[in-house]
Amino acid sequence: MQCDDCKERDSVVQLVQAVDGTLKELHLCEQCAAKRGVESTVAASPPLGEMLQKVQAQLVMGGGSAAANARDAVRCTFCSATFADFRATGRLGCAHCYGAFESSLRDLLRRVHGSGRHTGQRYEPPRPDALQRAVTLGELRDRLRRAIEGEQFELAADIRDRIRVLE
Amino acid sequence: MSLDLALLPDGGVSWMDASGDHSDIVLSTRIRLARNVEGYAFTGRARDGERLRVLTQVRDAAREVESLSHSVLLRVDELPPTDRLLLHERHLVSRELAGLDAQHPVRSGAAVFLGPDVGVMVNEEDHLRLQALRSGFGLPAAFAAVRQLDRELGSKVPYAFHDEFGYLTACPTNVGTGMRASVLIHLPGLVLTKEMSKVLASLQQMGLTYRGLYGEGSDVVGNFFQISNQTTLGKTEDELLDDLVRVVKTVIAREEDARRLLLRDAGYIIEDKVWRAYGTLRYARSLTFDEAMNYLSGVRLAVGLKLISGLSVYTLNKLLIFSQLAHLAHAEGRALTESESNLARARYVRQTLANEAATHD
Repeated sequence: MQCDDCKERDSVVQLVQAVDGTLKELHLCEQCAAKRGVESTVAASPPLGEMLQKVQAQLVMGGGSAAANARDAVRCTFCSATFADFRATGRLGCAHCYGAFESSLRDLLRRVHGSGRHTGQRYEPPRPDALQRAVTLGELRDRLRRAIEGEQFELAADIRDRIRVLE
Repeated sequence: MSLDLALLPDGGVSWMDASGDHSDIVLSTRIRLARNVEGYAFTGRARDGERLRVLTQVRDAAREVESLSHSVLLRVDELPPTDRLLLHERHLVSRELAGLDAQHPVRSGAAVFLGPDVGVMVNEEDHLRLQALRSGFGLPAAFAAVRQLDRELGSKVPYAFHDEFGYLTACPTNVGTGMRASVLIHLPGLVLTKEMSKVLASLQQMGLTYRGLYGEGSDVVGNFFQISNQTTLGKTEDELLDDLVRVVKTVIAREEDARRLLLRDAGYIIEDKVWRAYGTLRYARSLTFDEAMNYLSGVRLAVGLKLISGLSVYTLNKLLIFSQLAHLAHAEGRALTESESNLARARYVRQTLANEAATHD
């Protein structure tokens, strides 16, 4: 059966909607169904990026609500990225973002991977005395710039103090 | 600075020597592990100075890493675009590291360690992309090599690791093991018998996915598919690899069945098709890249079916790589327009096939 929207592709989704008190039946192809926000279960292997976008789109549903706005405004204290930044780019700013956005990410990871817990190889970090590097001035200055850009003045003051000590 | 390919171990092409298992069907096996260095923002958010410090830290650590003792370090950010494309065409760096997309220009600090067995991309989407590339179907060997490198490098450079989420990556689709294992496989039989869509649908049910010749975002051309794990979290590395091995073995068996079926039921049609492909490659004066890929696919099938003899899989692999734009330009020693590259491609393919025929006559 032809798609009721584009009248080109075959329909794969049957959508029943209540319109003005009567039930209306729609037959849609995958693309047109997606445009109406309906996910078909017969989707052909979507690339991972697309899948992520879909999951992100689902996270956005209900966007504009106070809860969604509050979630979007959550900011990572290390790199100053917000959850809204992550939604826009699909990439997290740093390792600490996983902590900052933990509750939203836990849900997303479960949807993307079917699981939220790592069961693979564990990592033994190098012993501190084996590490050649300490936090350098340059790194602290990068973090200071980011904090100021993110208008996190309390954090910026902390970092400035640490820079003074090192200097 | 311009790229001297002779400096690369094996010219960076040992993965296409067709020495591995099932190499008439499986071109190559690749495993990469995504890792980030603790204490820095991820590459996309890091400042130029931070990325350079990541590179310095990794370079210093790499001096004591046995797995990288015979590797060379290339500063991708200092190479001209044609050389970056050349490395990408050789499957040694990703599109993103090479800065080939307008939305991802090359980043300062973008670099790659290239060794005979393993390599590391630095300042890709993640700080580190450890990789092993092997000829043919060789997941266990590739994993052993990249895991060894991972252990050595991880004992010198602190990785970002989370008890619950595993190895932390810029994109949550890679978190956990950070592992993407893939095989580049040639499936003309399944495409011709129209079985491919069923195979691809079943891949997804197994938690696997497919891409084109150059990985993420690339189109399928010449019947080459890259099959890889889709998820990285919730399964161990061994479980992910076992799933992939099992499925690829099934796909190889189905491809072989499809080829037998084609020969039995449409023998003369197939024979005609592949010889026409060979004839075109042997004598055409201008070839687009897609044309060359499709004819090479036909000839590769013919070699697999033993319809054409005296032509090695290694030569076919070489044709696949060296008939690409940057390789042709490199051989000619200058930039080529599209029509010039079509002429150069046809000339290169023609000469290679003529040489091969002469040595076997």
